[in-house]
Amino acid sequence: MTSSLRLRAGLVSIVLLAAFLGIWHLATRSSGTVAAMSPEYAKLMGLTATQGKSAMPGPLDVGAKLWEHLRRPFYDNGPNDKGLGIQLGFSIARVGTGYLLAVLVAIPLGFLIGMSPLLSKALDPFIQVLKPISPLAWMPLALYTIKDSSISAIFVIFICSIWPMLLNTVFGVASVRKEWINVARTLEVGTLRRAFTVILPAAAPTILTGMRISIGIAWLVIVAAEMLVGGTGIGYFVWNEWNNLSITNVIIAILLIGIVGMLLDQILARFTRMVTFPE
Amino acid sequence: MTDKFISIEGIAKRYPGAGGGTTAVFENLWLSMPRGEFCCVIGHSGCGKTTVLNILAGLDAPSEGAVIVDGQAISGTSLDRAVIFQSHALLPWRTVLGNVAYAVTSKWRSWDRAKVKEHAQTFIDLVGLTGSEHKRPSELSGGMKQRVGIARALSITPKIMLMDEPFSALDALTRGTLQDEVRRICLETGQTAFMITHDVDEAIYLADKIFLMTNGPGAVLAEVVENPLPKDRGRTDLHRHPLYYALRNHIVDFLVSRSKNFAAEKPDHDPRNVPVVLIGKPGLTIAADAKPEPPRETSWPGLSRPSTSS
Ligand SMILES: Nc1ncnc2c1ncn2[C@@H]1O[C@H](COP(=O)(O)OP(=O)(O)OP(=O)(O)O)[C@@H](O)[C@H]1O
Ligand SMILES: [Mg+2]
Repeated sequence: MTSSLRLRAGLVSIVLLAAFLGIWHLATRSSGTVAAMSPEYAKLMGLTATQGKSAMPGPLDVGAKLWEHLRRPFYDNGPNDKGLGIQLGFSIARVGTGYLLAVLVAIPLGFLIGMSPLLSKALDPFIQVLKPISPLAWMPLALYTIKDSSISAIFVIFICSIWPMLLNTVFGVASVRKEWINVARTLEVGTLRRAFTVILPAAAPTILTGMRISIGIAWLVIVAAEMLVGGTGIGYFVWNEWNNLSITNVIIAILLIGIVGMLLDQILARFTRMVTFPE
Repeated sequence: MTDKFISIEGIAKRYPGAGGGTTAVFENLWLSMPRGEFCCVIGHSGCGKTTVLNILAGLDAPSEGAVIVDGQAISGTSLDRAVIFQSHALLPWRTVLGNVAYAVTSKWRSWDRAKVKEHAQTFIDLVGLTGSEHKRPSELSGGMKQRVGIARALSITPKIMLMDEPFSALDALTRGTLQDEVRRICLETGQTAFMITHDVDEAIYLADKIFLMTNGPGAVLAEVVENPLPKDRGRTDLHRHPLYYALRNHIVDFLVSRSKNFAAEKPDHDPRNVPVVLIGKPGLTIAADAKPEPPRETSWPGLSRPSTSS
């Protein structure tokens, strides 16, 4: 039953993809030779003008280019010409660093806030104000104080991924079922052991949900941040290829950004499932 | 006089009331239990039974008064007093063995894994869960979960077992089996047990003493009923005992009518000297003048058998 549903859904997905690629192909294919023009002018204008080819690349162009990239993902021909693997690697490393730093701060801090009603009330106004600030708004301040574009990007990732984790940790810790706490209390379990053996496992699904939201936001933000700071990374690659007017490369980058984002989300989803136990 | 293993001395519990004042769940409550006795508390919903149990467990502090266990005033929870929670309160991320082992390691911190496991296994076997050690709570039936709760409470070899309606969520059949098991275990290990129940038959089967509480707010302990049935009573032939109906009628009668207007009827009630009712012993009993209650007039779930009260 479910397997047949999955099979049918898979088939529909393939049909939809094929239809999309087909329409894309038809919409962007060459419309044959166009009005005669002087050969010199035609040379100048390129295929777009001479063969009625759309400026938007078709799926075959993108596929061919993608194949090229996939064969040499890690080449490095100077600052403006690096393999996609290298660019993605830079982005993932930045996201990873900023995100890990945020985990290291948000989870212990969230634990403290969640366990202390006083801290929770005292810090609430700050969190409420800081949370809705667009992470990119921090960029000038970061660039000014840190004076290093790469670290500034990491800082922006840090600041954008900290809030969902912090808030979810606080909520998860504060809403641990009273009866589980009471079990620990009747067994005279000390505060530290209680935190690790009852509160952490009980709050883990909520904390990991926060971490999953965070990684999604971090991956959204890194592209914009790298467009701003430049140098390396997939965001910079997109911007650079736009300046080179290589729409093909832009499309490839978009596709890869989507795939990496999906993978990051799936990894966190798997971790969430690992710590979630039905009652 | 009688040895007071547990002595609740004049406790009160007050909560901030609606109009700025305070509402007392109960005031000046006195209650004592000798060692090795099984006591049940019966009273209507909201009268403060759970509150008393939580205070006994040390999970909650009384607004006034003290609880003395084995000659010492309690302050907070203790591994000597195990609690069986109404909602079993198992940790869902731990297996059956893990849940029991958690209690065992909490009591004996220096034990190694093998010893903890062996000890936990003994109690899992005791409640008849052999073979389910590695299941998680979500894979267990309600009755099995409650058994794990019992195994967990027993595994720390407490001096006192506190049970808050432990079987109320179970079907009649499972409840009967678990009642048998709890009774056997308590008799074998000489536990002092304090149990809240809504089921009159459960109280009659299990308890040596039954505490009757009036309705809240301002609930009082109205009577202590001594169970006249022999210690070796069986669950199935309970109702054949000549004193069974007198006892049952007395309790039901209290719940149906006297619990509501107890304060008005007995203005001279002394909370420090709660009358002890001895059913079937003329001269000492008040049951004689209590008229038997026709079962139709009440919705008290304990009246219908098999009971399905919640
Ligand atoms: N945190 C609280 N704040 C205010 N009132 C409370 C609080 N906790 C309990 N109460 C009141 O105390 C009274 C006794 O509650 P308790 O849970 O002890 O009742 P109970 O006898 O165990 O009832 P039940 O049989 O339904 O479990 C109730 O009337 C309840 O409204
Ligand atoms: Mg209760």
